[in-house]
Amino acid sequence: MARSVTPQRKAFNTAAAWAVGLLIFFPILWTILTSFKTEAQAINDPPLFFFFDWTLENYAVVQERSDYMRFLWNSIAIAGGSTLLGILVAIPAAWSMAFVPSNRTKDILLWMLSTKMLPAVGVLYPIYLIFIRLGILDTRSGLIVVLMLCNLPIIVWMLYTYFKEIPGEILEAARMDGATLKEEILYVLTPMAIPGIASTLLLNVILAWNEAFWTLNLTAAKAAPLTAFIASYSSPEGLFYAKLSAASTMAIAPILILGWFSQKQLVRGLTFGAVK
Amino acid sequence: MATQHSRSAARLMMAPAVVLLLGWMLVPLTMTLFFSFKKYLPLRGGDLGWVGFDNYIRFIDSSAFWPSVQATLVIVGGVLAITVVLGVALALLLDQPMWGQGVVRILVIAPFFVMPTVSALVWKNMFMDPVNGLFAHLWKFFGAEPISWLSEASMQSIILIVSWQWLPFATLILLTAIQSLDSEQLEAAEMDGASPVARFGYIILPHLGRAITVVVLIQTIFLLSIFAEIFVTTQGSFGTRTLTYLIFQRVLESQNVGLGSAGGVYAIILANIVAAFLMRIVGKNLDA
Amino acid sequence: MGRITLDKVTKSFGATEVIPPLDLTIEDGEFTVFVGPSGCGKSTLLRLIAGLEDVSSGQIRIDSKDATMVPPAKRGLAMVFQSYALYPHMSVRKNIAFPMKMAGIDEAEQNRRIEAAAKALNLTDYLERKPGQLSGGQRQRVAIGRAIVREPAAFLFDEPLSNLDAALRVGMRLEISELHERLKTTMIYVTHDQVEAMTMADKIVVLRAGHIEQVGSPLELYHTPRNLFVAGFIGSPKMNFIEGPEADKYNAHTIGIRPEHITIGTGDGPWSGVVNVSEHLGSDTFFHIHNTGLAETITVRADGEVGFRHGDRVTLTPRSDVIHRFDAQGQRIAA
Ligand SMILES: Nc1ncnc2c1ncn2[C@@H]1O[C@H](COP(=O)(O)OP(=O)(O)OP(=O)(O)O)[C@@H](O)[C@H]1O
Ligand SMILES: [Mg+2]
Repeated sequence: MARSVTPQRKAFNTAAAWAVGLLIFFPILWTILTSFKTEAQAINDPPLFFFFDWTLENYAVVQERSDYMRFLWNSIAIAGGSTLLGILVAIPAAWSMAFVPSNRTKDILLWMLSTKMLPAVGVLYPIYLIFIRLGILDTRSGLIVVLMLCNLPIIVWMLYTYFKEIPGEILEAARMDGATLKEEILYVLTPMAIPGIASTLLLNVILAWNEAFWTLNLTAAKAAPLTAFIASYSSPEGLFYAKLSAASTMAIAPILILGWFSQKQLVRGLTFGAVK
Repeated sequence: MATQHSRSAARLMMAPAVVLLLGWMLVPLTMTLFFSFKKYLPLRGGDLGWVGFDNYIRFIDSSAFWPSVQATLVIVGGVLAITVVLGVALALLLDQPMWGQGVVRILVIAPFFVMPTVSALVWKNMFMDPVNGLFAHLWKFFGAEPISWLSEASMQSIILIVSWQWLPFATLILLTAIQSLDSEQLEAAEMDGASPVARFGYIILPHLGRAITVVVLIQTIFLLSIFAEIFVTTQGSFGTRTLTYLIFQRVLESQNVGLGSAGGVYAIILANIVAAFLMRIVGKNLDA
Repeated sequence: MGRITLDKVTKSFGATEVIPPLDLTIEDGEFTVFVGPSGCGKSTLLRLIAGLEDVSSGQIRIDSKDATMVPPAKRGLAMVFQSYALYPHMSVRKNIAFPMKMAGIDEAEQNRRIEAAAKALNLTDYLERKPGQLSGGQRQRVAIGRAIVREPAAFLFDEPLSNLDAALRVGMRLEISELHERLKTTMIYVTHDQVEAMTMADKIVVLRAGHIEQVGSPLELYHTPRNLFVAGFIGSPKMNFIEGPEADKYNAHTIGIRPEHITIGTGDGPWSGVVNVSEHLGSDTFFHIHNTGLAETITVRADGEVGFRHGDRVTLTPRSDVIHRFDAQGQRIAA
């Protein structure tokens, strides 16, 4: 829109948008604030906003009660590992679909997406049995594989949409220039698709980080990530709001920070590559 | 682009993904089918033999079945309606010129980063708790009797929590779509004398069609299987037992794998009905 | 060396046959241009030669060796694409070096060839830039540079100038012609612009619907088009076609006369008509004459000074020695 808007109009928009934005963000803000209160302040009536005695005590208690670092490390390993593995499998597949399409390509893509619709709970017990049989129940590698399979359709789909934007002529030029298939993908396609791959990576790290069915049902003590860490706070015991808030903040902080720093790729990724 | 050589290479490179997903789909599915025809109680005797369609009949006959299907559909439908409508409104708002757009956008998408277990716990305790929750404070402030949200308005509460998590996604997709609208189209419509409402109805909304399809498709995939939100709030009581949760209870809590597996097959059928319906729409949109 | 032979080559996409059986030989060092209307299969033919598409049947030989099943990289050909197909993430230098890197040529030699190509193409100052920071003409030259350094047996160009503006197009046309003079390497050049074809080619191949209509030097095609299609396609403005009694006088079904072979005036003349539109190009003027009783419109090319206007009654005198005669099948009738 080339026309300028009146300052009043812009001020009104700003006020409205900030009000809505803050309203949506409020639960997170409130959680973070509460995590710095004492338990008594946390349930004070009327609620305390900024004027209370800020304390870090809750974080110390949470760390002491449940070994945060171990859960954090599990989350990082599971989210990162499953995403990287998924991308490695998905890049060749997406290359095929984007650049050597056949009349079955669309069907295969839709079929892949449809596996994502299979309700996990329907196959919980078989997976559980397979995990026991293979001895990978409550291991990080087991979860990495399962989450990779869960997100593979989405990764393939996203990479496919990003790859399709790359003109096939450039890959043909590489082929004429004597590049083998591996070199073509490694030196030409991948560098050109870096923004798309980054978006895919970020989004799937977040999806895996927040995945809360398999991570809750296939882990116990050893491989449990932050989703399980926080679930252990689900039964109240005395005054616990501030501690719950501290634990919650610790569980979401890494992703919030990651999201903050990679806003652009993430916003692109959040649209799953489906809308431009 | 398509020589014999590149076509066979393509088939080879597709193979890992296809084989993995095929295995991921078929192996557990076959096992679920297998168990669904057995009386199988891991803690009470294990495999007690074939029972034909018994499990299927018992699962569907149980008083919990239809309410669970209904709960599932109500949650999915409710969340979809709320996120699409509010998402369009919010996207229109965020598309306007303003100060600090980038920051507002981050505020709006933040809930998407919050893991379901955290958001469910935070809402349950810090907002919806009938004694100490913020809502209770608010209600008391206005002289009203605090509501025990998760038992008295359980469905609405769950829908609220899940909508809060998915609204950012819907908003963002719709915002991206609005921003991709050719502004000349809107200017042409304005020249043609279309009012803002007419411009929204005739140009913006049709343009958003594809984006809305995407929102509905992707959210449905995730919403059909929401689990953690119920697991940490109501545990399926007060009418919030979805099909997913019902099966989970049959398998893990009552340790009746045969019955649960039959339920799983129903869930798969339900998902496939929804999927077939959605895939038709998406398939059409893929061509466009 | 770069002698390319197509032997009964065909190409079908599914059920549609785009190239029916086609034979063609391109001699070593020749500048061959494929022309034809949009969709006639020029690009397809070029891609078959490049190896980017498989032939459905037939054989392609490069320097008398069967190359039909040889992958593109091994054919020793270089291609310049219509979109240039530069690697956007690599600098100009890296773009030009890429084919040599793939071929495992040592670094010193790579640099020598890059410098030489950059000098020849006026790219020396731009070597460290990314393609996104170059103008259309510069990008085009990078694409050519990338092709040159491979020292290919033949260059393939697919409408390389169609994305450039008119002035630049003329300049690049000259540069490519000069390049050919210098390298004396076989070049195959696809275009649908017949001016490019006429000015650059040693040999023109006119295609229609995958068929070769005629092969010959530019002047051969101009002077002795083999059929109505070629006659109409080569030359600008287009040749006038006249049927009926006037053609009968020449014992032909159709006669063709080029606009530059008709004299326009006010005195006596065998034909007459009314000026409908006159287009003044400065050096030339094109008149579109109506009401001649011969054809809907007769186009005449005259000197820039000639100044008839809309509505003027004029007489037309064709040069009878350059009238082309065609039979009912549209084939040329020999003199
Ligand atoms: N991959 C393909 N699948 C199906 N048909 C194709 C394919 N590629 C080309 N064609 C068809 O083959 C015919 C020739 O196409 P080609 O690109 O060779 O034309 P062209 O002469 O280069 O035209 P232009 O001057 O417009 O570039 C066209 O009718 C086109 O529709
Ligand atoms: Mg072409």
